[in-house]
Amino acid sequence: MLRFVGKRLWHGGLTLAALVTLTFFVMRLAPGGPFSRNRKISPEVQANIEAAFHLDEPLWMQFGRFVWGVLRLDLGPSTRHRDYSVNDLIASGLPYSLTIGLWAVVIATLVGVALGLAGALRRNSATDYLAGLVGVIGIAIPIFVIGPVLQATFALRLDWLPVGGIGEGWRSLILPVIVLALPNIAYISRLTRTSMIETLRENHVRTARAKGIGWRRVLWRHTLTGTLLPVIAYLGPATAAIITGSILIETIFAVPGIGRHFVDAALNRDYPLVMGITLLYGAILILLNIATDVIRAILDPRIRNER
Amino acid sequence: MSADVAPAPGVSTLRLQARRFRRNRLAMASVVVLALIVALCFLGPYAFPFTGEDADFDNISAPARLTWPHLFGTDDFGRDLLVRVLEGGQVSLTIGFLGALVAGVIGVLYGAVAGYAGGRTDGVMMRLVEVLYGFPYVILVILLSLLFGGGNVALFAAIVFTLWLTPAVIVRAQAQSLAQKEFVQAARAGGMTGPAIVVQHIVPNCVSTVIVYGSLLVPEVILSESFLSFLGIGIREPQASWGNLIQAGTAAMGSDLRLLLLPGGLLALVLLCLNFIADGLRDAFDPNDR
Repeated sequence: MLRFVGKRLWHGGLTLAALVTLTFFVMRLAPGGPFSRNRKISPEVQANIEAAFHLDEPLWMQFGRFVWGVLRLDLGPSTRHRDYSVNDLIASGLPYSLTIGLWAVVIATLVGVALGLAGALRRNSATDYLAGLVGVIGIAIPIFVIGPVLQATFALRLDWLPVGGIGEGWRSLILPVIVLALPNIAYISRLTRTSMIETLRENHVRTARAKGIGWRRVLWRHTLTGTLLPVIAYLGPATAAIITGSILIETIFAVPGIGRHFVDAALNRDYPLVMGITLLYGAILILLNIATDVIRAILDPRIRNER
Repeated sequence: MSADVAPAPGVSTLRLQARRFRRNRLAMASVVVLALIVALCFLGPYAFPFTGEDADFDNISAPARLTWPHLFGTDDFGRDLLVRVLEGGQVSLTIGFLGALVAGVIGVLYGAVAGYAGGRTDGVMMRLVEVLYGFPYVILVILLSLLFGGGNVALFAAIVFTLWLTPAVIVRAQAQSLAQKEFVQAARAGGMTGPAIVVQHIVPNCVSTVIVYGSLLVPEVILSESFLSFLGIGIREPQASWGNLIQAGTAAMGSDLRLLLLPGGLLALVLLCLNFIADGLRDAFDPNDR
């Protein structure tokens, strides 16, 4: 088991290194630079500004400087937000992104699993169709359509909730969290439903029933682990979906999180900020992928002994 | 041994699958709706005396009154909303189908080669896929569209580059088992070269998998396109796409919700149809799956 975790961590580290290196060079090769959109400034001033951010050095030296910075946990100054370091910007934005993202994961898992189980246990009932409807909506209507529609309905027309921002505490979180959770509720409920239906057909479930074990007890003790394995395996892709979604959510609901910073930074060629957020997102995604594999390996001996 | 043995009046697998698909009412209805939307997007704009980029300064921000010529009104530049949405549909649908096709072809060939070659080649090729899989998708697609300088081609390339991975992995698994089959060994013994075997034996035998997963790629590509255009990275004004129309609709939703609902609703409808079609194809090609 320890070897398994160690190997996954080593591979994850390599992936992260590849991601960061690729991002670094792609960013520099992309046309434009952090100061090319400014109003006209004399070439001397521009050269001075670029020298201050070490942009006049050869690429490999800049890369070395970046790597050295990462090792000291210093991501450098932002080129767009004067006087702010990337560390400051991430520290100020991360709490919002994390709060919304975590709540979305929790709600998506709970609601998704509940809907899926209800659908599987009472197939073709009203609950099953309701779950199917939620699934269809969550998969077919993109976040950036349902988000503004809910915003227009519940904030602008009905005035129940704030339109955006973070001014009203938990009330400002309701819409972003629901919208972000919706596509994942859809996937998780679908996964749970098919998985539960398959598990119920397994021989060991029939045996348990035949031995005279009560239905309720069979459900809890004999089917739940098997049912939830594919759901747990979805945790990795779900994280990726939450990251993608949070970029949209933060744009739609004007949340000052890091997703919004990322798009702005990429468009404005704020190299240090792009690198910092890429590193963070990459690390979160890779760690959660590893955690997913480890949990599955603990629950399922077949996966553990595979390699 | 002179008696003729008449072959059983068999139905080919493909015809059986087509029949199964046709019997799926939801999927067939989706095909019809989708075909209608495609026809409307590509032919509809010709019915109007203006294009989506022509501003009608006498009718700025006209409301939707279903009257000729501005059926669904105009935006704040006086551009006809319906025509813009239809023209945006041309862009989104073209990118969707073309993108899925290109990503599918790349993925299938890559996976077939890796699975057939096996050994070291396979290891190296799949290692690359694994690394790319570990990347956050958004970051990759945003970076690539910046690298290629923005605009339609850049967007297309970025989306294709990020979406060929799944078909590659799936086809590789199939190619691996196909490579062990007798008919492939026979082809090799008969002197067929590796590339010829991949193209003539491996790829055709993966076709049903490819169709099923390819049909899932189309909505994914359309979603990526509109997602990026929504964020202002993809297709830019004045050219319309569903993504940037939805973005414009979001900006104006305080005063006028129809700017959001028309492109958003059409996009959702197309995604819905594509998902039902993909489900139908999956059921038709492997009925054991359910």
